[in-house]
Amino acid sequence: MSTTPTAVHHSQIAARRTGPHVSMFVRMLIRAAVLRRGRAASALFAMVVAAAVATAMMNLYVDVQAKLRTEFRNYGANVVIVAKGGRPLPADALGKIESDLGAKTLAVPFSYAVARTTDGQSVIVVGTDFNRVRHLNHWWNVSHWPSPPRTSSTAPIEALVGMRAAAVVTPDRKPFDLTFQGRSIHLNPAGLLQTGAAEDSRVYLDQTEFQNWTDVSPTTIEIAINGSSADIEKQIAQLAQALPGTEVRPVRQILEGEANVLNKTRATLYAAAALIIITSALCVLATLTGWVFDRRRDFAIMKALGASERLVNGFFAAEAAALGAIGAVIGYAFGIGAAAWIGRANFHAPVVPRFSVFPYVLAGSILVALISALLPIGLLRRVQPALILRGE
Amino acid sequence: MFPRLVYESFRRQTRRKLLAGVAITLGVAVATAMIAVATDIGDKINHELRTYGANLLVTPQEDTLDVEIGGVNLKPPSDGAFLNEADLPNIRGTFWHNNIVGFSPMLPVTVHLGNDADAKDVTLVGTYFNKPLKFVKEDFTTGVRITHPWWKVQCRDGSLPRAGRVEDSPTCGWPEDNSRNVLLGERLAAQLNKKPGDSIEVAGRTLTISGLLSTGSAEDDEIIAPLGLAQDILGKPGAVRRIYVSALTKPEDDFARRDPRTMTPETFERWNCSPYVQSIAYQLQGAIPHSHADQIRQVAQNEGTVLSRIKGLMLLVTLAALLASALAVSAAMATAIFERRAEVGLMKALGAGSFAVAALFFAEALLLALIGGSAGFAAGSLLAHQIGHSIFNSRISIEPVLFPVILAIAVFVTFAGSAAAIRRAVKFDPVFALRGEA
Repeated sequence: MSTTPTAVHHSQIAARRTGPHVSMFVRMLIRAAVLRRGRAASALFAMVVAAAVATAMMNLYVDVQAKLRTEFRNYGANVVIVAKGGRPLPADALGKIESDLGAKTLAVPFSYAVARTTDGQSVIVVGTDFNRVRHLNHWWNVSHWPSPPRTSSTAPIEALVGMRAAAVVTPDRKPFDLTFQGRSIHLNPAGLLQTGAAEDSRVYLDQTEFQNWTDVSPTTIEIAINGSSADIEKQIAQLAQALPGTEVRPVRQILEGEANVLNKTRATLYAAAALIIITSALCVLATLTGWVFDRRRDFAIMKALGASERLVNGFFAAEAAALGAIGAVIGYAFGIGAAAWIGRANFHAPVVPRFSVFPYVLAGSILVALISALLPIGLLRRVQPALILRGE
Repeated sequence: MFPRLVYESFRRQTRRKLLAGVAITLGVAVATAMIAVATDIGDKINHELRTYGANLLVTPQEDTLDVEIGGVNLKPPSDGAFLNEADLPNIRGTFWHNNIVGFSPMLPVTVHLGNDADAKDVTLVGTYFNKPLKFVKEDFTTGVRITHPWWKVQCRDGSLPRAGRVEDSPTCGWPEDNSRNVLLGERLAAQLNKKPGDSIEVAGRTLTISGLLSTGSAEDDEIIAPLGLAQDILGKPGAVRRIYVSALTKPEDDFARRDPRTMTPETFERWNCSPYVQSIAYQLQGAIPHSHADQIRQVAQNEGTVLSRIKGLMLLVTLAALLASALAVSAAMATAIFERRAEVGLMKALGAGSFAVAALFFAEALLLALIGGSAGFAAGSLLAHQIGHSIFNSRISIEPVLFPVILAIAVFVTFAGSAAAIRRAVKFDPVFALRGEA
């Protein structure tokens, strides 16, 4: 293919030298794929499946933790802010927390007082924000939530009465009176509350009504922070700085339970992902090695026609790399789809496609393809082309 | 002749057979391990969810209201009803005793601390730490170290025990159940300026602080003492205020929520024989006289969702694993058969029919599947064991019934994977094959 360089201009030589070479190289690549459609397609198929499975597993592994954390938030608050030394919390505490942590964080204020029923029994009355608390504490079994804060002062004040408190304050579910430091309040039991814990012996009121009656402002704020333990620790430190005079406590029961279950799940998923990715990589390796090995005649002919070692290696490597890249792109698309489907089927929320996974899938696919192409070439290199062509 | 053909094929083409066999072994191993893990993950995660603590609470039937804010009891301590400590071992006698991981009785007592000048009321809670008990002939231990795993005790040398099971964590700092040693909540300790090893005067008794307790909730302001000591201070031997029970339960469904009083005997039998939190509560009420048992909804209600999410996830991942290993096996088989076209050509030229050729290949595939499947099952069991041991610190049980199922799957997948390649090999014209123009 080379011409005598004497008469021709220097740049033309270069153009000619590279021109036919490149086009020939590309043609060989394309023809190799087109002529042996069946084998090429099965190799590509294996590549696509492996890349898809790898993508789906990596995507799941990254996303499932966030998904599970959302599930774990159903356990309620994981951080509690309490005022130090019996003083009330600063009035702007709730606003500060929300501006610090973002409006999506659930923070619920609670204030407590011990009131007396008409027959002199003590009962704990809690002021809170019903709208917030029903989003924070999903496990509360409430027969009917009190209606939103009343607009006129003549409307009855509605209360949520704990199961066990109800037996004392309003056994017949009729409106009842409570007194706190000589001031009395008339309450309408809107619904019953059942939790199986301390809440059952309490009466819950809207914070505004509670404060009008008792003059007690919130002493506790319960917060559900979404994030890893490191995130939560950081935000606890941030809150402690923003709210001096208060104590910010992590709820260890919730945090440790979550961390424990999440770690075990993550480790299992990791093991599963590793096993699956290794299996599919080996599947690709087996298929591609077989494919290249089958083409030892092509290899022999190329060498017999005078192709250099570098060219032959380059040809098979380029072919493998192209196969790996195409397989990775198609497989990535399928993998994203599979992960999204798993997310929808299991968590009722699609798994967000992680583009950060793509470079790994691409690099991994090309690497596996290259290994599986160059492995048989290494074996064939030692064999004389003539032997292969003679069919031995 | 046929067995000899198969035998010679294995003897002479060891490398190829080994390659296909390895692929099958690997695929089956991954499938076995994943199926074992997926079938067992529910139990394992259920156990891990017990780190959230008790999911059932037993209280006296005629209990008065708790008047307690932030761990400070505002009610006269001797008020209200009590349960009897002597009934506690009966919990081991209920039908679901194997599902009950542990239980802890609690007896809060309000005590005065300090002199008249800075006297303060503090709650002292009596409980079991890790108390040995006996039911009929069975010995067991129970207490807060099992039901409240997030309680951390700082002992004299200042080190915090690491999280985990009772067996793993050091006993340093935890009081003995029949001693006069107590745990002091860390906030209370900071207020009183006490450290482990100091003694504290409570209700005319000198008690030793064996460790500082950190829980992140009300107990940080309390004194935790052995149950006997609290009963002694209260003057009510054998009294227990409430019992926290930690049980492995089946996620609640509509059937679980039905009222046992309205059921027919057969339905009741079925309900009672499912480990729902409701049926365990019902049985606890039967085991402990004059008691009322109820689920702690915060813990019990959320277990079901978390459990079903994780189980669903592992199931789908197992499907992916099965798919990946099926493809690996098929690919290996297809490659192995494709390489033998010349052989097929020779056989056909010598007069073998398509049936004989296909039968040979299928017999070889069957043999490979059985050998590879058995080896893969063994390797997969080992792998599952390893996963169970390193992640969950417990055995993952493999049902023996899984073995024939796995073998059947292996044979099916190997056949399915070879079928297309065998069809093509059989149809191949012997002339081209022998001329080497494949």
